[in-house]
Amino acid sequence: MQPDLKIVTLVSIGRHPGSGRERRAEQDGRALELGLRLAGDRITALHAGDPAAGALRTYAGMGLPSLRVLQQSEADDAVPVLSGYLKHNGADIVLTGVRAESGESSGMLPYLLGEALGWPVVPRIADITQIDGGYAELLQALPRGQRRALRVKLPFIASVDLAAAAPRQSAFGPAARALIEPLAVASTPDTERAEWTRAPARKRPKRLKVVKATSAAERFKAATAKAQKEGGQVLKGQPAAEQAQAIFDLLLEEGVVR
Amino acid sequence: MSEQILRRDPRVEWILRNRLHPLHAEYALAPAEVRGPSGLLRKNPHAVGFMGPNGIKRIDRLAGNGPAGGAVRGSGKGAAQAPQLPKVTIDTPDYHLVVVPDLVGGRLSGHDRDLLGQARKLVREHGGASGGEGAVVAVLFGECRESQHSLGAAGIDRVVRFDDKAFEGYCPEQELTALLAVERGFAPRHWLFPDSVQGGGERGRRLAARIAERPATQAWLVDKDSTVCRGAGESLDITRSTPRLLLLAAECAEPVDDALYEARDETVKSAAQVRPQLQDRGPVAVDPSAVPLAEAEFILSAGNGIHNWDQFHRTAELLGATEGASRVAVDDGHMPRFRQVGATGTWVTARVYLAVGISGAIQHMQGIGQCDKVVAINTDAGCDMVKRADLSVIGDSEAILSELVKLAENYRVGGAEDAA
Repeated sequence: MQPDLKIVTLVSIGRHPGSGRERRAEQDGRALELGLRLAGDRITALHAGDPAAGALRTYAGMGLPSLRVLQQSEADDAVPVLSGYLKHNGADIVLTGVRAESGESSGMLPYLLGEALGWPVVPRIADITQIDGGYAELLQALPRGQRRALRVKLPFIASVDLAAAAPRQSAFGPAARALIEPLAVASTPDTERAEWTRAPARKRPKRLKVVKATSAAERFKAATAKAQKEGGQVLKGQPAAEQAQAIFDLLLEEGVVR
Repeated sequence: MSEQILRRDPRVEWILRNRLHPLHAEYALAPAEVRGPSGLLRKNPHAVGFMGPNGIKRIDRLAGNGPAGGAVRGSGKGAAQAPQLPKVTIDTPDYHLVVVPDLVGGRLSGHDRDLLGQARKLVREHGGASGGEGAVVAVLFGECRESQHSLGAAGIDRVVRFDDKAFEGYCPEQELTALLAVERGFAPRHWLFPDSVQGGGERGRRLAARIAERPATQAWLVDKDSTVCRGAGESLDITRSTPRLLLLAAECAEPVDDALYEARDETVKSAAQVRPQLQDRGPVAVDPSAVPLAEAEFILSAGNGIHNWDQFHRTAELLGATEGASRVAVDDGHMPRFRQVGATGTWVTARVYLAVGISGAIQHMQGIGQCDKVVAINTDAGCDMVKRADLSVIGDSEAILSELVKLAENYRVGGAEDAA
């Protein structure tokens, strides 16, 4: 691992799904954990928003001496200030979560930063296995617990999936001692968002099984008859080798045996 | 002048009254409807029904709901014919809506079908205000296993396929150039992507960032003018005007089932080959036993019919399957509790579920309700698992598993030789 690697982790304010209290965001915590493992406390943790937010200290409690905050109000757009900061200060690896737990949580930030800086974006990584000669080997998390190996040139932006290693515990003492550095930036109000209306999430209607019947007899059948699935192929009386071959062919066709 | 003079023909009336008259059959072929002199619809109660084989009049009150053909009794399967869907063809669309389905495993997922239903709903709403005819274009990446008929039945008018060698594996940048070619070719009114982890969310966000459109993400209630999105960790509903690019949540609309669309193949000016910054190094072998049972793709499950447990574990290892078990196997101490499949254990979502020696208690069947393909190995051909399974093998599980082990070993050796 190169000692002069510049890693920036973007952190946001999380939201507890039950109580709604501010907390360390799950995915951002994992991104910071990955960064800390790669670069120790030389990592830069960056936040765009209010420097007084209490949840920021929980990130610092993971062992950061300081945390930089680009000072913004709630109505501002974070993308221009973050891309401006990264353009000016440079970075080798930028780690973020996949989606924020507050605000619009569109998951667009890594892609917009990648577009603004011209860097490749790798979504949903689980680990960075190796960094060598200006290239990084990544492990991407896929659905169903699968992994894919990727190779990408530095610098790049990666969003960290929940499949990555869980973040370490946040300690109160270091959190209280950490320095929060507020940086003044130009205000960039998000005008489009100002036109939206927000409301607490309402329960989504449950999808009903609608029977499209043209006659009473069909409706009756749909209401009473047990949905009888037509049985599949049954192999009976063949030698075991033939039967096993049939099963194995199906497994190959479905692509589950690799 | 224009009023028609109705004249009675007493002779014909007399023949019609007399069923035994030799000319009765000719005249009795009544027209579809008879209007009285005042224009009122007249119904002849005597003309209802038909003569049965033994000369008794029969009236069919099933109105077409009886078994098809009415000839063969007891052939229940003949009655269940697929209804003919009306065909819809749009030759010169005024605008396009582009849907990019995930196409997991080459098939349209439920989420993809919801998306197509949403696209058709948007087309209907736009058309209502005399906005012209719209066509739904589906952009399919990679190999597609759906037939043209099933694509049409899902609500697709035009299909654009990108399935050549450049689109194999993970190639987001190549896909983005293809999407940009579609953007230039069709100039779609809306882009619809599934906001899923299967690739749709990533494609949509990459395109949105490139063409500088602000997308609606996790949109779940969309019409022509306004969109409701989920934000802030599923705790907030954001109502906004409908943007051009939509990333839709699952179950956003009802899938299409009422018409058969054309699904005509169309080509766009081929996208240039890009030099990717991301290199795909292929899938990494993961330990199948470390994959959580609930999200495992391939499960080999054991029940009461297994006696040789070493052989079972060896089969699972060779096939690369995650192990599962029925409740009996767990209660008897052969498998740990967290491997139990069913209502009291884990509800699994495997694509292929291979049940060995499991007869299929109702709790177990509930647990595997979401599995796509079920394969059963059992000695009892009448058990519930065999009824549910897509492929059932009736025989001794030990003999079949040992043959499967041989096949898997041969496949592994052969694969290694091919690779070398």
